[in-house]
Amino acid sequence: MASPLPASFSSSRPFVGANHHGRGLRQLNTVVKIAGIFTVLMALAPLLVIIWSWSSDQTEVWQHLIETQLSTLLRNTLVLVIGVGSGVTLLGVSLAWLTVMCEFPGRRWLDWALMLPMAMPAYVLAFVVLGIFDFAGPLQQGLHSWFGSDYRYIDIRHEAAVIAVLVLVFYPYVYMLARSAFLAQSTDIMEAARVLGANRWRAFFRVALPMARPAIIAGTSLAIMETLADFGTVAVFNYDTFTTAIYKSWFGLFNLQAAAQLASLLLLFVALALMAEKYSRGSRSYTQSDRKQHRFRHQLSPLQAFAASAFCGLVLLLAFVLPVLQLLQWVLLEGLQAMDARYLNLLWRTLLLGGAAAILTVALALLLAFGRRRAKTRLRTFYDLGTLGYALPGSVLAVGIMLSFTFVDNQFVAPLLELFGLQAKPLLLGSVFALLAAYWVRFLAVANGPVDSSLQRIRPSIPEAARSLGSHSWPLLWQIYLPILRPGLLTAMVLVFVDVMKEMPATLLLRPYGWDTLAVRIYEMTSEGEWERAALPALTLILVGLLPVIQAVRQSASR
Amino acid sequence: MRHGIRYSLLFLLVLLVACSEPEKPAPELLVYSARNEHLIKPLFDRFTEQTGIVVNYVTDKAGPLLTRLQAEGENSPADLLMTVDAGNLWQANEVGVLAPVESAILNNNVPPHLRGADNSWFSLTIRARTMVYNTDTLSPTDLSTYEALAAPEWKGRLCLRTSKKVYNQSLVATMIAALGEEQTEQIVAGWVNNLAIDPLSNDTKVMEAVALGQCEVGIVNTYYYGRLMKKKPATPLALFWPNQQGEGAQGRGVHVNVSGVGITRASQHKALAQQLIEWLTTPEAQQILMDLNQEYPVNSSVEMNAELQAWGAFKGDQVDVSEAGRLQAAAVKLMDRAGYR
Repeated sequence: MASPLPASFSSSRPFVGANHHGRGLRQLNTVVKIAGIFTVLMALAPLLVIIWSWSSDQTEVWQHLIETQLSTLLRNTLVLVIGVGSGVTLLGVSLAWLTVMCEFPGRRWLDWALMLPMAMPAYVLAFVVLGIFDFAGPLQQGLHSWFGSDYRYIDIRHEAAVIAVLVLVFYPYVYMLARSAFLAQSTDIMEAARVLGANRWRAFFRVALPMARPAIIAGTSLAIMETLADFGTVAVFNYDTFTTAIYKSWFGLFNLQAAAQLASLLLLFVALALMAEKYSRGSRSYTQSDRKQHRFRHQLSPLQAFAASAFCGLVLLLAFVLPVLQLLQWVLLEGLQAMDARYLNLLWRTLLLGGAAAILTVALALLLAFGRRRAKTRLRTFYDLGTLGYALPGSVLAVGIMLSFTFVDNQFVAPLLELFGLQAKPLLLGSVFALLAAYWVRFLAVANGPVDSSLQRIRPSIPEAARSLGSHSWPLLWQIYLPILRPGLLTAMVLVFVDVMKEMPATLLLRPYGWDTLAVRIYEMTSEGEWERAALPALTLILVGLLPVIQAVRQSASR
Repeated sequence: MRHGIRYSLLFLLVLLVACSEPEKPAPELLVYSARNEHLIKPLFDRFTEQTGIVVNYVTDKAGPLLTRLQAEGENSPADLLMTVDAGNLWQANEVGVLAPVESAILNNNVPPHLRGADNSWFSLTIRARTMVYNTDTLSPTDLSTYEALAAPEWKGRLCLRTSKKVYNQSLVATMIAALGEEQTEQIVAGWVNNLAIDPLSNDTKVMEAVALGQCEVGIVNTYYYGRLMKKKPATPLALFWPNQQGEGAQGRGVHVNVSGVGITRASQHKALAQQLIEWLTTPEAQQILMDLNQEYPVNSSVEMNAELQAWGAFKGDQVDVSEAGRLQAAAVKLMDRAGYR
């Protein structure tokens, strides 16, 4: 059992010097441990609710599925996972390698621009791509008027198109994590490999790649989990996957139990895949020197440099520039009538929820990371389980969260209130707290990677040195840890912030009234097929989502 | 250090803002709506103007809203559930979240076959799911019934929206009600056989494909057609009303579906909620509903607007719309068996 963490915990070090515990530190460790376990339990509750669905007998639905669709669903889901998984890995790693290790025209600028597609929600890119390339889209209409009636329309709703869209949306996960890994690698290791006679390619495959592997795997895992959870894209292309079957059982057969059973099967797949990865990795781990050094970039030949620029530029064009231009055209077409005072409110709520959820999620991820370092193996697996929810379709996880909250409300909150003579009313459900908790459960997996790997960089020698200089536990935490952890925490916050802003199903299901966000507005416009009207909130979402991305990049570049 | 404090303060502030709801004296209703904001807000605003009753709403898909209502149970803050599709309304009543309503006004304004069992919900608008054809290649005399589109001569000439959309599930469910499962399955399999291209993700895409000659005929909801023709009046498309002549099932009429509303069992303001539903069926509100989205009013005393009149009169299927809910699961499975994606 593993989680998408770029961490190979080869040594379980306590997170503070273990040799001479002070009383304060012991207390701190206990607090961390208890809080960590409580946190994981909360993250697991919705998953347990979903697994609990097996207590009801849905043989009939399963029989129907096996007779009709199941083989197709399994095949399609597998094709997507393999296609998107290898696609994001190839694209993310090659782009990261180019921007970190090579020199070519536009590199400095592409370095951060290639992260921009992160802000693009998959469902938005899907409808824009279809809008551009569909029969009635500008491209085919142009061809049609050019060639006249001889032109044969092409149906682009193909498996390959679905994979392409998802790869373009999810490659930034791999790109960002691989990029930081390559940045952290010192060039002298590469130099050593070269001196020992390896050519450039060999040095890359035998040295740089294995060292960045945990980060790459973490990014790829996130992308695969997102793919499994995706509903927006496959719905636009009418491509049948596990997710569409889950929704069909729920909305079409009115059978939430069967939907939850399907979803738990999905969880099982993810768990197995991650476990397989963990075993294949074994217990290898690399430590790196933190020596600051001058970075030597490969000087490419003019032809190679041009190819590198063109390749990076093309990815950016397809994943970001074209879609944004198309959205812009729709906005101008529709006019700005949707821009009113309520729009500012939408924007404000989106930012507020994103910001609060990012802080909360990262804080809890940090707590878990501390806990995990202290934990024994079995407990670690337990910690890792909590991140699986990321692979569930949003609505399903949201229902799991909702039901676990209702349980607490009905079993504990209501009786308590009545005990004090107050009117029993649910505290958790329909509160902003519930919404934040949902975000946190969903995006724990996202925050985990960067937080955990930044914690890896703290050697026991650091806190020990501080303590020998008379520093105590809490100040130690603030003064020593935070500065070292900051880049990782920032990356995590950005990822969660952008993801929360894009998140749709849980927001729809759990928000109290009045808490509409940009994603909610996009849903309202698109649910009846009015894509053009959704362009304004979509464009706003992308542009606002960019701010933290750019900020984070500037931070990481200035290191 | 300073940062940490600042962030924690911000977080606390967020929680405080979130958890403190000021007490308002004005009476308020909360609607869980699967209809979108821009289709309900103008109505609620008008209602508030006239009565002083504030109407709040939360929008989502019908399925999640219903699940939320069930989970909240008797503690639910929602007073009304508003959604499209009779199947969803039927399901809401089936799981027992709706309360029956006794109202002479509603019984007068909403015909019986457009109400839920024991008056648990009421239709507000009617939408017809009918045929749309390419006027360059077809004339109305080429078309007759939904069933006829399964005939071999339509091979490669038909476009359909995906079977995952509830509108198609309800269409097939009412076909089961009229023709029985066996015959319906043969017809749906015939449709699939005649498809020119894979099923499309929405009605607008179906109409685009028909207009571009990818196929010649499709099945869509009337208001999508209205919306498209408003934008691009020159599109070579027209509506056709099927199943208008003949005996029995053949002449049962166009498949109609509804959007509707019910009062939740948990509502603490049932009288106010009833007032809102009654108002929604009055000619004034019905007029707004009709003009907002070109749907047909459920109250027969309302004059059709010019646009709806231009589409011509039709005979609608008189089957109780609850059948669409009762047979929805059967319809979904049938479409799966027939290979209709």
